[in-house]
Amino acid sequence: MSFEMYQENILDHYNNPRNYGTIENPDIKFHDVNPLCGDEYEFQFKIDKNGKIVDVKFHGNGCAISKASASILTETVKGKNIREIKNLGRKNVLKNLGITISPPRLKCAMLPLKVVKVAVYSYLGNQKEIKEFEKEWDKME
Amino acid sequence: MELKKIRNDFPILKRKINGKRMVYLDSAATSQKPKQVIKEIEKYYENYNSNVHRGIYKIAAEATEEYEEARKKIAKFINAKSEKEIIFVRGATEAINLVRFAWAEKLRPEDEIISTVMEHHSNIVPWLMLKKKGIDLKFVEINDDGTLRMEEFKKLITPKTKLIAVSHVSNVLGTINPVKQIAKLAHENGARILFDSAQSVPHMPVDVQELDCDFMAFSGHKMFGPTGIGVLYVKEEVYREMEPFMGGGEMIKEVFLTNATWKDPPHKYEAGTPDISGAIALGYAVDYLEKIGMKKMKEHEKTLTRYALEKLSKVPGIKIYGPKNAENRGGVIAFNLGDIHAHDLATILDEQGVAIRSGHHCTMPLHSKLGVSATARASFSIYNTKEDVDELVNALNKARKVFGI
Ligand SMILES: Cc1ncc(COP(=O)(O)O)c(C=O)c1O
Repeated sequence: MSFEMYQENILDHYNNPRNYGTIENPDIKFHDVNPLCGDEYEFQFKIDKNGKIVDVKFHGNGCAISKASASILTETVKGKNIREIKNLGRKNVLKNLGITISPPRLKCAMLPLKVVKVAVYSYLGNQKEIKEFEKEWDKME
Repeated sequence: MELKKIRNDFPILKRKINGKRMVYLDSAATSQKPKQVIKEIEKYYENYNSNVHRGIYKIAAEATEEYEEARKKIAKFINAKSEKEIIFVRGATEAINLVRFAWAEKLRPEDEIISTVMEHHSNIVPWLMLKKKGIDLKFVEINDDGTLRMEEFKKLITPKTKLIAVSHVSNVLGTINPVKQIAKLAHENGARILFDSAQSVPHMPVDVQELDCDFMAFSGHKMFGPTGIGVLYVKEEVYREMEPFMGGGEMIKEVFLTNATWKDPPHKYEAGTPDISGAIALGYAVDYLEKIGMKKMKEHEKTLTRYALEKLSKVPGIKIYGPKNAENRGGVIAFNLGDIHAHDLATILDEQGVAIRSGHHCTMPLHSKLGVSATARASFSIYNTKEDVDELVNALNKARKVFGI
């Protein structure tokens, strides 16, 4: 029996999420919910004057897929410049998870990316990008 | 009919999922269809496809006759006084919305509707939409065991209460509500009563006269019929309080450029070309149910539910919602396992060929009462077996292993 979606790596991130918690005086924070399953996460960021993400933390509740995805995402974005978030997409998230996500679970995997994107785009005042990502989000199934 | 023969009637049950026998435990969402029903859809399109109530020619007469025959079968099935009381709609959702538009439109500001916190969204949202007209909405709460707090009906009902809208059987808790008693209370106070019977009509004998309901909503696809067809039962005397909500063909007697007159019910509420093959197939689904017998359906599901409650309650870390006793519940069991999210459970079970539902099952207010955002749900029909329950329990134990609980 192979539990295709629940690989050791996913369960490890779920049971021991990286960068879990809160940051004192974060420069950015954003919280979002997927009402369909009740998954909810908040991401917090500390940004230096050049726009580099020097610290990131998340907390919240959800299924193993969304929590592992959030945990992995913190590792991906740490040290990156916030302007690079734009280049981060669904493909990167799936690649980093390293498993095949069945279509009904795609939104679970992508919720953390949504939180990060909306957080950063809002900080940058980039409403157009938010709209565009939300359109993509609505199509995920 | 014996069980093995019944299972053979449902071609889909032969499917393999990930190389394993498919164990279908989501009949509360939609039932599977026997070949006797599937065949009738094909037969309609291959032999007498034509519009109803319009053509003079042979096959049009045949289609009309079959369509109206289906109405008669359904009327008899729920013991309606006459087939005039059966309106074909798309499903339970459309049935309840028909009541909202054709009957509840005339309600006045400050009139009240009472519903319950355990309702499916389809028996909450249409009433929420009336709030902007000043209609007051009140909800009866539940006890810890998932039964309705019956004493609250008496407290909430006033002379301004015009409707009580309540589910017959909960699609999450499985609770069978004492609907007859609620109907009596409604009528003593001059209110109308609506039953959302989407989860009762497919699983137990239902008699609209005995229950004395004014409206009853149910979906064909949950009772071995196709999707796209369902029923609103309306007690004949209640038609006097209704106006059509969709205008067009089929529902009119005469049309002039200045005005129009309506057909008599039920056609008055069936504007446009209906789902003809769906209605006909639903008639044959009813035949199939009657051949098995609704008492037997109920007994079989009760036996399975009892067995499942017993087996499931032994799974470490499980929390089962709803009545603990199979006697007063339908074949629906919602649960959570440790802190594993219901979606994770459903995915792991799916990998083993076991199909259950996860999420809020269109009952967000109920889930917030239960204090969870999602539950897993297994539900049964006549084609399920004890082996299916065993597979479910095995799969849950595997999930425990994966998650280390
Ligand atoms: C109790 C209950 N009411 C109403 C409905 C809505 O039925 P449909 O989606 O077929 O209109 C359902 C189905 O999910 C149900 O379980």
